[in-house]
Amino acid sequence: MALEILRPGLMTTVQDEGRTQGYALGMPPSGAMDRFSYHVANALVGNPSGAAVLECTYLGPEIGFSQATTFAVTGADLPVHLNGKEIQPWASHRAEAGDVLGFGFLRSGARAYIAVAGGIDVEPVMGSRSTYTLCGMGGFQGRALRAGDLLPVGADATGTPGRSLPAALVPDFAGPAELRVVVGLASYRVTPDSLAAFFETEWQVTPDANRVGYRYRGGLVEWVPRTQPRGAGSDPANVVDIGYPIGSIQIPGGTEPIALLNDAVTGGGYATIGTIISSDIQVAGQTKTGDVTRFCPVSIDAALGARQEARARLAKAREAIEARS
Amino acid sequence: MSEEKTVAAPFPGVFYRRPDPESPPFVNVGDVVEAGTVVGLIEVMKMFQEIQAGASGHVTAVLVENEQAVDAGQTLLTVE
Repeated sequence: MALEILRPGLMTTVQDEGRTQGYALGMPPSGAMDRFSYHVANALVGNPSGAAVLECTYLGPEIGFSQATTFAVTGADLPVHLNGKEIQPWASHRAEAGDVLGFGFLRSGARAYIAVAGGIDVEPVMGSRSTYTLCGMGGFQGRALRAGDLLPVGADATGTPGRSLPAALVPDFAGPAELRVVVGLASYRVTPDSLAAFFETEWQVTPDANRVGYRYRGGLVEWVPRTQPRGAGSDPANVVDIGYPIGSIQIPGGTEPIALLNDAVTGGGYATIGTIISSDIQVAGQTKTGDVTRFCPVSIDAALGARQEARARLAKAREAIEARS
Repeated sequence: MSEEKTVAAPFPGVFYRRPDPESPPFVNVGDVVEAGTVVGLIEVMKMFQEIQAGASGHVTAVLVENEQAVDAGQTLLTVE
């Protein structure tokens, strides 16, 4: 069983839960940017948690099925077509050999997920099938898909067509996004007024927004004047090198904040003024160029609470899918 | 009078009317295009994607400037 990539879309990669075992060594985890949509896609086709799917950014691919199978599309709101006929997203469908999956234009969100029964069966690298394109590793030949690629799919999995996620549990990606942020580690480098203004600003996602990081525009920050310490660079945004958690926000030059995401470098010399909480990374990953984003400061306890809520929401989605199959 | 058709941005980004700063625009008002004719580029995520006309006809209007930010679904030009 294989998927034939007829058109690749703009940026379609193989992703799973991420390469977490290398994180302590400084290896970015990669993995699906929108975890909820990723997990639901697998649940819909009956895959075990952790199976690899395709993540498509902005523009959907066109894919031919070499054999009959079951698939589902979740995530960004874009019309899903099977042989040119529109079908339901957030639901599992049967495809026959020779059928073609295609997409219309993006309406909201940024990333769609395509799960196929059996999962995308590329060789795991360091415990994960996720593609890390900057280093050319993982996924399908370490890169975004191209026309003509033949993607192996796990054998002996017929899947379960006819499953769906109840509409009430489908996320809405339209409208401004609010991303919760834990302030720190180097927020002391920004003046208090400027830090307060950061959280009042309506930031806009620039075209420089991908799996590595999202760059925003809309305001500027003022640094606390100081003589740069030994080991820090000369830009006032520089500090002596620190670790960059996933979701950390730095502002080189003081004008355009960059949120570091799944494929980002894990340390460096820019002051990180806050970190997007883990459960809101997926919210960031569904914003697109031009979308408005606000950052909202929260405590660590609130962040941990939000993580539990996100887990509960996913558990509820899985139960609802099981109940409707 | 033939039917007016539009070419829309399939995804958000920055629209370019020419392949590079020194070259003429891909298309101008009055030009004849066919399905598949490249009418511009959209840059996003440091990648450039060719935008193609979906149908044939004369270009009647180009609705966005060179290097203008466009949203997904925004009409770029009309063809008749």
